[in-house]
Amino acid sequence: MVKNHMQRQFDMKRSLLDQGYLDEQFIQLEELEDDDNPNFVEEMVTTFYNNSARLLQNIEQALVSRPIDFTKLDNYMHRFKGSSSSIGATRVKKECTIFTEYCKKANAEGCIRTFLQVKQEHACLRRKLETYFQLGRQAAGPSANAGGQVG
Amino acid sequence: MGISTESQFHVLAVDDSLIDRKLIERLLKTSSYQVTTVDSGTKALEFLGVHEDDQSNSDIPSVSPNTHQEVEVNLIITDYCMPGMTGYDLLRKIKESSSLRNIPVVIMSSENVPSRISRCLEEGAEEFFLKPVRPSDVNRLRPHIMKTKLKDQQEDKQENKEEELGKPEFQSREEKEEQQQQQHHHLQQQHSNGNKRKALEEGLSPDRTRPRYNNGLTTVV
Repeated sequence: MVKNHMQRQFDMKRSLLDQGYLDEQFIQLEELEDDDNPNFVEEMVTTFYNNSARLLQNIEQALVSRPIDFTKLDNYMHRFKGSSSSIGATRVKKECTIFTEYCKKANAEGCIRTFLQVKQEHACLRRKLETYFQLGRQAAGPSANAGGQVG
Repeated sequence: MGISTESQFHVLAVDDSLIDRKLIERLLKTSSYQVTTVDSGTKALEFLGVHEDDQSNSDIPSVSPNTHQEVEVNLIITDYCMPGMTGYDLLRKIKESSSLRNIPVVIMSSENVPSRISRCLEEGAEEFFLKPVRPSDVNRLRPHIMKTKLKDQQEDKQENKEEELGKPEFQSREEKEEQQQQQHHHLQQQHSNGNKRKALEEGLSPDRTRPRYNNGLTTVV
């Protein structure tokens, strides 16, 4: 039996939660949606990816400059982590926490290594969420807004 | 000039993070608040009609002495960590301003730092929320807003009464005092009913018509 789109979307969300990509905060965001604001979560996620691209660039630059300004790094990461937390991006947040620990110890190598993980989780989640929202649009039917990519 | 009968409350939200501004706005609107968001403490003060060099210059209880009741803010919710003016700095400026200090202020932060929390509460913040802010947190705002709104209405009523005194009908001093006492008593009852959060909540001195909540610490007015 072919599952309908709504079911698939629901299953995907379940899976994302179970695997720790997303947490309760994401559910809270969905609960804030209503008829007047039906796309609130997707808007939040889009804003997140738009904003975070810049922050990640800043971090990247700070990591290649010598000497490394760990205070600046900490500052950028604090903002990035905050945003990740606000949309419920658990895995991304975890890597941010690890990064911050290295940063506070002025451990450049640890920061650089962890930053790769941060970017990886960030990109991975984006792909998954794109699929998730796409499923949502399909579930809503052909009259739904086609929308674009996330971010 | 009349008492505002609008039942909608207006919250000013301050946060340098766009994501968090969107979130808090959505949360507040879901609870039927009118919302204005700004991205810095400086802009918040501008919105409130306060300029950096303003001294406490008037006794008018409205938010902006120049535009009475034009921009009424019933609660301010602000992020702690912001570049330039922090949420704590903003809190202090609000509490130092004679026109703004009665507006309840709530602080938000992504970091759970006990010393930070107690510092903010001591400075007069009503609540301290850990981010990400939840709907249950927003529910906790209502008692603080109601408290101030009621107080403003009481004061407005008193002002209206005083205006009516200009008429030929003479109200004796005893009558006026009795009125003040009654309003006072009513206010006291409101406070003891509503607020169960802080054990440090002090009682109201009968001599002061505009009590300030200062967590049991004495302040020189």
